[in-house]
Amino acid sequence: MKTRLASPGGIVLLKTFIIGILLGIAAAAGALYAYPAVDQHREASIVAVAPNGGNVESFHVTIPMDRIMVGAPGRKQPLPPGMQWPIDEELSGIRMELFKVRNARDIVIGVASRTSARDVEVVEWVLHLPARGSLYVSMQAQALEGGIRLGEITAGSREFAPLNGFMTERWVADKSGEQDGPSGRIELRANYVGEFIPEDEEGLE
Amino acid sequence: MKYLVSLLAGVLVGISLFVAVLIHNPFMADRRLSPISVTDAQVMSLSYANVPSESIVFTNDGESRQPPHPAKVLQLWEAPIRLTSMMTSVMRDARGQTAGIGVKFSSRSERTRLLNGEALVDSAWYIYLPGRGSLFIEQSENYFPFIREVAFPAWRSSANNWKGTWLGDMTAGPGALGTARVTGGTGTYKGLETDGVESLSARAYSADEGLVSAEGRLLIELPSIVADDASQ
Repeated sequence: MKTRLASPGGIVLLKTFIIGILLGIAAAAGALYAYPAVDQHREASIVAVAPNGGNVESFHVTIPMDRIMVGAPGRKQPLPPGMQWPIDEELSGIRMELFKVRNARDIVIGVASRTSARDVEVVEWVLHLPARGSLYVSMQAQALEGGIRLGEITAGSREFAPLNGFMTERWVADKSGEQDGPSGRIELRANYVGEFIPEDEEGLE
Repeated sequence: MKYLVSLLAGVLVGISLFVAVLIHNPFMADRRLSPISVTDAQVMSLSYANVPSESIVFTNDGESRQPPHPAKVLQLWEAPIRLTSMMTSVMRDARGQTAGIGVKFSSRSERTRLLNGEALVDSAWYIYLPGRGSLFIEQSENYFPFIREVAFPAWRSSANNWKGTWLGDMTAGPGALGTARVTGGTGTYKGLETDGVESLSARAYSADEGLVSAEGRLLIELPSIVADDASQ
């Protein structure tokens, strides 16, 4: 074996093997660098410019198709089936719902939670759009005229981090009369207002 | 032919070497000390069961390692939410008493760079604490140390599982010190802007079913005014 490896053919074989090792390392590093380990599916945002400034984006939740969870004490038929909502005095005044969220083209683009509580009279939404970020909205418990509930964008992450504004919530009952149709939908309309950046600072960046 | 075989064998050895160095790289240090643990301010601790079967509801695309709970929950199979999971859980205070309820949204991050030791997840928490108010927490979590020290050994073991004690901070941003951004929404926490850190304590992991025994903990720094109000 020693003589075979020491022979010209053996040395070439060893060199080929070493080149293979280097190629393998380079290929693995290159592949990890070039190809994203995670590639989130994106739907184009449907954003309109509001007449009085800011941008408007509409979302909706189709009920009951998009409802994932209804968490509230004393429900006879839990959703999802088999869920055990904690029986705890501390949580008796909370109602928490989880949904899938659709854009204006009726495509699911994210998930959301809606929480209402009796002790501070508030309704709060968190919209989580995986490719873009999350929005946190605190709304008044009392609906305005026309059944519209108004809330302020309290915080946001990633794409939504620099945005302020408000969001409205409205229940629209389904009037199609279809037997297997939805009972209605929750319409959410977000009005984003960006943070003002003076021209000097913009230039510096 | 023998040169081709030799080249291919070299390539395979090279890839294996690269993976081994990536996993055992000593220069990718773990951040075991939370910046919140050295703060002078008061800190609120909230813990939760980080195992799907012990949560109230856990859902994902239905094809991931962790199975949805309960089994009939609506799954997140649509393309834009396929890499997302959602968990609702009871939040417990430092004494183990029920403090409130929380929902965690987690999505695999496109900023993941395994070459840099980053397996990132973008997550957001909404927590409601009755009598106190609500909190919104946004963070990036780095699961690379967990993969390296728990998931990979479990996958390598003949029984496909891992048992032991692993404790690590998952939060890796967006704060400058690797902290999460916490915003108060209502009640005592209205207007609050502070930092937080989420940690994971794992005791058992299965390569087939994911976490078997684990607890998550959120540490949230409270400015003195909020801490005084909360204690009253």
